Amino acid sequence: MAESMQNNAGDAPVRVALFVTCSVDLIRPSVGFATVKLLEDAGCEVSVPAAQTCCGQPAYNGGLRENAAAIAEQVIETFAGFDYVVAPSGSCAAMIKVHYPQLLESDAARELASRTYELMQFLVDVRGVETIKAQLDGTVAYHDSCSGLRELGIKEQPRALLASVDGLRQSDYQGSEACCGFGGLFCVKYPDIADKMAADRVQAIAASGADMLLGGDLGCLCHLAGKLSRDGSRVQVRHVAEVLAGMTDCPALCQGEAEET
Amino acid sequence: MSLAAKNFPANARAALGDTQLQEALERLRGGFVEGRRQVVAKLPEFDALRDRAAEIRRHTIAHLDQYLVQFEERATAAGGIVHWCRDAAEARAQILEICQAADARLVTKGKSMIGEEIEINDYLEAHNIEPVETDLGEYIIQLRRELPSHIIAPATHLSKEQVAESFQEHHTGLDAARPLAEPEALLAEARTRLRQKFLAADVGITGANFLIAETGTSVIVTNEGNGDLTQTLPRVHIVIASLEKVVPSLDDAATLLRVLARSATGQEISAYTTFSTGPKRGPDLDGPDAYHVILLDNGRTDILAGDNAEILGCIRCGACLNHCPVYGAIGGHAYGSVYPGPMGSVLTPALNGLPGAHHLPQASSLCGRCEEVCPVRLPLPKMLRNLRFQAAETGAPGGFARLLVKLWAFAARRPWLYRFGAGISLAWLSARGRKDGYLRSIPGLRAWTSRRDFPAPEGRTFMHQWKSGRRS
Repeated sequence: MAESMQNNAGDAPVRVALFVTCSVDLIRPSVGFATVKLLEDAGCEVSVPAAQTCCGQPAYNGGLRENAAAIAEQVIETFAGFDYVVAPSGSCAAMIKVHYPQLLESDAARELASRTYELMQFLVDVRGVETIKAQLDGTVAYHDSCSGLRELGIKEQPRALLASVDGLRQSDYQGSEACCGFGGLFCVKYPDIADKMAADRVQAIAASGADMLLGGDLGCLCHLAGKLSRDGSRVQVRHVAEVLAGMTDCPALCQGEAEET
Repeated sequence: MSLAAKNFPANARAALGDTQLQEALERLRGGFVEGRRQVVAKLPEFDALRDRAAEIRRHTIAHLDQYLVQFEERATAAGGIVHWCRDAAEARAQILEICQAADARLVTKGKSMIGEEIEINDYLEAHNIEPVETDLGEYIIQLRRELPSHIIAPATHLSKEQVAESFQEHHTGLDAARPLAEPEALLAEARTRLRQKFLAADVGITGANFLIAETGTSVIVTNEGNGDLTQTLPRVHIVIASLEKVVPSLDDAATLLRVLARSATGQEISAYTTFSTGPKRGPDLDGPDAYHVILLDNGRTDILAGDNAEILGCIRCGACLNHCPVYGAIGGHAYGSVYPGPMGSVLTPALNGLPGAHHLPQASSLCGRCEEVCPVRLPLPKMLRNLRFQAAETGAPGGFARLLVKLWAFAARRPWLYRFGAGISLAWLSARGRKDGYLRSIPGLRAWTSRRDFPAPEGRTFMHQWKSGRRS
């Protein structure tokens, strides 16, 4: 529970639309529910617009400007009228916040960009959350995903919140800012290079002594979890929202129900 | 040796399997990246300096015509001769003409990427003029007949053992027992050979890090001093530079020099920074009798008119190569072009066209590390994306992946279709993967699953569960 939220108690509730992102929607809905809990704990009234699908980033980075623009127009329409739009992903949030205005050059795009945030950034920078009531007995490595880090400046926010989690230790994971090799289509177009980049990360994660890897972007986490799993590693991979929301009862990425610890 | 950019995936695979190359890349990552980090940490105003450097480059590129004309005027007034060359063929012919007019048999060369771009060495050799590279790295790859693998460290892909082998093979009269195990011994051996060439050369060719419009001066930076010997000892000095090398003033050059060495090698300033204005004048004790500047366009004017004109602001420090995880994984040769790494992946298709170079802008995770370290703040990911737009619009290869993304985009704009398709695929995937939590193979997704497991989806989509009333 965010203590600092109490100063907003008398105000009208903050109306937040959750942009759940296609990867969370399809692969790991738990992250969506963890995000809802964190937003509600931070004093927000959460809506989930039903017409949402994808932010259009695959089309945008794949060179399909027209397709990306059409999706962006649809997202703008779907998310009109909320105080904020929050996504549990630096890369999808950056697509809306940084790239929609460049792609569409419209006031509507700039308006949506101005009220769109990645989850950690929203909790800490907008809602002023400083501590979280959660518990986790373990040593975690936090991987900085490229878009969140370089396009949105997300670095300290998740670490600050993790520091308040009971029992959690943050490991000295070297090279947390190096790309894991996911890069959307990149990892399937150039799988050998992507695999080498993931291998370098996995080596550094092992050297850090962490037993859990956290991050804010499911794409990167799936890539690293897939590599760790293929290597037979026991490191658990989770979205940071799951730990902060205390929702770690579901199996970690790439781990089966039998392996639950 | 010549690798083609169109074979990028195969080149990359070979590079990843080359253990000697992988060791060399490990050293490079340690050296330049750590060096830059340390030297930047010592200069609190570094980011402000980058802002100024970026502004200088932006301003110059926006007024390129004006500064080039000014450069020509001042260089000419100082006794130099400026030659405007539309393309590589014109530049080669011009250089040959100058060399032949000077009865040149031997040409020494300082390090120049333009020299690589116009393949001047092969051309001079074909006309019975011996070109000798004098930068140690360039000298080594000239012996081995290789392309540079890095724009500032051309032989960075080699081990010292490979260099020793090349010297043993190519240095006639070299005592087979001469110890060449240490870098110092290799340097001494190269120096012995090169000294004779410096003294005997008729013409010296250097590149230019900057051309200063205000004074008509060319500037080179080196760490070996070879550039100075190349341009002062022979009778004729030829500077080869592309149009965008011009900067307005001496002050501007000073600002750019401060970010250049720090970004490139992690030095505060390179060991030698040499300014040349015209040939030897009356009271001068040394210097060339003639000073020529080749101003090469070779596609720059077209770049200036296109979406990626900003790439002309590049000052060739190599920081984007040093910090790029893709370059770090495969090295420079895999790109199959003179300019590798992020700046090369923008510049090569801009200079030579996308066909043949279509992999280069795609082979990036767009992680943004290049832009983060660029001393002149070039938006390299944005420019790579611009090339991807261009590829899709002009139907460059890459069709299958593009078709899949088009299908995805089609569904993404029709939520009912998207949910229907997602529901079916997820039910199947999650049923197959539930026990283990991962999928080891997925038909159609082998490019992922051949190397990595794929996390089993949890089951129903978030949207479905939310609609059904689940809230936590």
